[in-house]
Amino acid sequence: MIATLTTGDFIRRNGLIIAFAAILAIVALSAPTFLTVGNLLGVLRQIAIVGTIAVGVTFVVISGRLDLSVGSGLTFLSVLVVSQHNQIGPAGALAVTLCCGLLIGACNGFLVAYLRFDSLIATLAMLSLLQGVTIWYSGGANVNVADSTTWFSFFGRGSVLGIPAPVLLLVLGAAVAGFVLMRTRFGRAVFAVGGNETASIFSGIAAPRIVFATYLISGLATACAAIIMGSRVMGAQSTIGQGYELTVLAGIILGGTSLLGGYGSIWRTIVGVAMLGFIENGLILMGFPYYVQWLVTWAIVIMAVWIDLAAKRGRLLA
Amino acid sequence: MTQSLTQPALSGHKGMARTILLRSHIWLFLLAACVFFSVVSPYFLTVNNLANVLTQSAFIGILAIGMTLVMINGEIDLSVGATLALACALAIGLHNGGASAPVAIAAALLAGTAMGLLNGSLVALSGMHSFVVTLGALIGIRGLVFVYTGGNALLVNDFEYTEIPEVYLGQISLTAMIFFALVLFFQWFLTSTRHGREAYAVGDNVEAARDAGIRVGRHKLINFTLCGFLAALSGVLLSMRLGTAEPQAGRSWELWAIIAVVLGGTRLKGGYGDMWRTLGGVLALAVVQNGLRLLNTPNYVELIVMGLVLLLALGLDRIMLLGTRKGE
Amino acid sequence: MAGETILSIEGVSKNFPGVRALKDVSFDVRAGEVHALMGENGAGKSTLMKVLAGLYRPDGGRIMHKGEEVDIRTPLEARDRGILLIHQELSLSPELSVAENIFLGSWPTKGLGILNKRKLNSDAGRVLDALGCDFRPTTRVGTLSIARKQMVEIARAQAFNASVVIFDEPTASLTDTEKEKLFSIIADLKARNVGIVYISHKMNEIFEITDRVTVLRDGVLQGTVNTADATVETLTRMMIGRALDSFFTRARSNFGAEVLRVEGMAKKGLFENISFSVREGEVLGLYGLIGAGRSEVAETLFGVRRADAGRLFWKGGEIPFPTPRQAIDLGLCLAPESRKEQGLVIGMGGRENITLPHLGLFSRLGIMNRERETQVFTRYRETLEIKTTGPSQRVGNLSGGNQQKFVLAKWLCNKPRLLILDEPTRGIDVGSKSVIHALIAKLAEEGLAVIVISSEMPEVLGVSHRILTMSEGAFNGEFTGEAMTEENLIDAVSRHRESSSSRRARTAA
Repeated sequence: MIATLTTGDFIRRNGLIIAFAAILAIVALSAPTFLTVGNLLGVLRQIAIVGTIAVGVTFVVISGRLDLSVGSGLTFLSVLVVSQHNQIGPAGALAVTLCCGLLIGACNGFLVAYLRFDSLIATLAMLSLLQGVTIWYSGGANVNVADSTTWFSFFGRGSVLGIPAPVLLLVLGAAVAGFVLMRTRFGRAVFAVGGNETASIFSGIAAPRIVFATYLISGLATACAAIIMGSRVMGAQSTIGQGYELTVLAGIILGGTSLLGGYGSIWRTIVGVAMLGFIENGLILMGFPYYVQWLVTWAIVIMAVWIDLAAKRGRLLA
Repeated sequence: MTQSLTQPALSGHKGMARTILLRSHIWLFLLAACVFFSVVSPYFLTVNNLANVLTQSAFIGILAIGMTLVMINGEIDLSVGATLALACALAIGLHNGGASAPVAIAAALLAGTAMGLLNGSLVALSGMHSFVVTLGALIGIRGLVFVYTGGNALLVNDFEYTEIPEVYLGQISLTAMIFFALVLFFQWFLTSTRHGREAYAVGDNVEAARDAGIRVGRHKLINFTLCGFLAALSGVLLSMRLGTAEPQAGRSWELWAIIAVVLGGTRLKGGYGDMWRTLGGVLALAVVQNGLRLLNTPNYVELIVMGLVLLLALGLDRIMLLGTRKGE
Repeated sequence: MAGETILSIEGVSKNFPGVRALKDVSFDVRAGEVHALMGENGAGKSTLMKVLAGLYRPDGGRIMHKGEEVDIRTPLEARDRGILLIHQELSLSPELSVAENIFLGSWPTKGLGILNKRKLNSDAGRVLDALGCDFRPTTRVGTLSIARKQMVEIARAQAFNASVVIFDEPTASLTDTEKEKLFSIIADLKARNVGIVYISHKMNEIFEITDRVTVLRDGVLQGTVNTADATVETLTRMMIGRALDSFFTRARSNFGAEVLRVEGMAKKGLFENISFSVREGEVLGLYGLIGAGRSEVAETLFGVRRADAGRLFWKGGEIPFPTPRQAIDLGLCLAPESRKEQGLVIGMGGRENITLPHLGLFSRLGIMNRERETQVFTRYRETLEIKTTGPSQRVGNLSGGNQQKFVLAKWLCNKPRLLILDEPTRGIDVGSKSVIHALIAKLAEEGLAVIVISSEMPEVLGVSHRILTMSEGAFNGEFTGEAMTEENLIDAVSRHRESSSSRRARTAA
């Protein structure tokens, strides 16, 4: 009895990882160029932006909330970093962008943690607000980096020992975030608040402060992603981040982090996001148009639902 | 945890007035917005403009009707924007391919309904939250649209197709009339049919509903299917109005539909809301959009105003909750 | 026909992981009788009730309805057989109307799924009239008082022609007048040959309205007696089943300095003028019925709620009302009433739950020291005899007793000065109960001040050095030594109730 339950649990929680491995195998077999260092690094470079945001949003999701404002946040912060770069140089631009990222996180955090607004709607309102702010700030026009020779270009285009800088940044960020989430006091509190907010309050944890902090992290991660984005594109425009909020969530969910809060991890998020990236890449290598990946993603979600269902019933087939 | 010992049987007149005020804030907001724009812009309060607002509002409005049904159940459907695009593309694509307009339209509606049915079955079967299920569908259905259109916009060959909705009652377009008819129908549906009233029971107290013998899964499945159908209908109307089907049509519209519904006062957690509120929310969105454009304000103002209004609506909802709690 | 057995269960058993909730229990309800079901918390009353109402399926035994063996699988099937449960937490939809709630799941239609509202409302109106209700079928249930909501549930039973109605502590949140109204309705149902199962803790109600009493203890049937032949003493003895002195271990009285003193603490609508003190090594019992405001007092002291007024003295010095964090740092700890909702994060392991209030203590520079956490976990697993497979087994999978031990371990691991235990043994097995009672005595002897809040009288009488009684948000009696008797406690709790209700009657007149 207990054994079957744990198997069920295992499949439910790791089914997606298994599916991921299967997909990788299929892709590797049908597209020989897939398993080359160059290609894999290319994929990782592709997922760096979504991945960086997803790392931050994972904190919010584990604390039992959502953040839909990250797409608009990414847009605004990309536009900001590029314009500021043209005006005050790379160091100032980075500082301003990171501060604004934190500020956006603070707004979300204030609304959700202290005013106790529903996180879906509150961050949806922020999505709309930030879209407006972006257009107001940029006048709706594209901005381009005027001087592409500064060290700003490192974040999106540079590399260290052959590893692209965005990948390095993502790995570094994910490692730090993973450590914070799994090994620190704060991380423990995030799980406790997401797992049972009332009990965490009865254990002396200042739950609103924790939730607020998760939004700060999400904002900061979005700012980092915006810096990578601005540097890679060497420019930005007002729709650049549209839809990222949902891609990010899709990655997090695919990894197996629970939207209800209290369960999840950074490595799951990375796997989920990577899965999306590798599917895209593999399908393109196999000669499919890029949008076929969306169908595959959908199929995976449906499969996840099915696995969940099967695990509940204790068997995989009928 | 705590149960209050005493509770007034019915809130007094003052309480009632307060409740009515707080529960219908959207109409007050709409009225204020209309008065404001009438004063500041001479073009706002013209029959032509208002009729235009109504037509404009119908597309998101029809999505919002379906969203309301699903949200009263305590669920959400993120895939409506993509379903709209699918129906839009199918209607034009099939018609271009030789199918007669009615056949193309029927096929498009059927496809949307099927998408809703799929979402509904997954939610009903798995008990997984609809946010996850329909987020997948949002991505996947958009993928279907791209597969069908090859990622390019489809232009309708037969220009008569775009003239189908050119029927007016006075100044009111067919599209707007369909929207209103649907609001009326679904309001009636919610208040006067067994399924409609059970929607509240399911959203309100799902255990009680299940214990009373309501088949909750099947119930939700029906609402998701209706939601898919309505999204497709909106897509077909859009295809007639535009004469083109952009593969990215209706992108983020699911978010606008949710905003309209929540703005109206329907509760995200389920059990509370109706079509009048949604109508109010949809019209408020459209009036603010239209008014600000008439004022020649840059389009970012509109986005910022909507964000703020949404936060305001959330704040009001909170005050209302606190108010009722104090009353207990 | 009056006196005929409508529903009976024979030899029913029900097991949950780690707990035997019912063992070989037989029970029957006759037409036109009120049959009380009594027992301590965790005795199996609610399990039995849920078996009758189709919410649980028994593991063994059979259920007989009107002479034939039946299998009640869902609440719907129970309802179709005329068996209706009136929950303590009412199962109504607040946004729907009274009529819709009464007939939920079987609304009349005019065909094509169109609701026949006129029939719905007139049917409901008839039922409401018969019950003498003062609200209309079209009223939204969310606007009704708790007593009126209960009437809606009773109306539902009436509408489905229920032959058996199960009341689960129906008077828990009713005023005296509302209670009288309820009793007259029960009498009415009885006169119409409905069989009534009445679950209550309140002795005076049992003697006032019931015909027979069945007592359960630890899932085992203790017997069924005619109420006329029973006394408070015999029933209590059946419920407790053993002499108080032999079961409970009271700490030796060796009191030290005052740890906490509260003066005039009040919170509008919850409690008023709360003053008391507790000393080192003392076990202070706080007795009162559910809803008296006991948990609210504890939660205010711990800082989860804010007080409106009052002063707090900690070890002689006045302090402001703390936040939970400050309370924990002082050593003022609360093991809350609801383990699953307030006490534990059930998705986390035992180790993580123990250290949750002391993350600072188990970390350096914000980094958790997992080894030390595991050490503490191992220590308490051994001393408290917790049955768990390992430090990361989710506490949600453990039995109530083991869960409660984790809640205690959570506070014990960082030298508490005052431990408030709110219903420490509710819903847990006998073995764990005695471990916890012994632990309370041991802790007090080590100099800890303990406040035990309980609605289980034997528990309060057994472990406390001193008892405060509470009723309707105020303290109304203090008992020590010889004066700590059941009669005195019951007297104190009910005296206040009567005096306040007569006061209310006077102001009404």
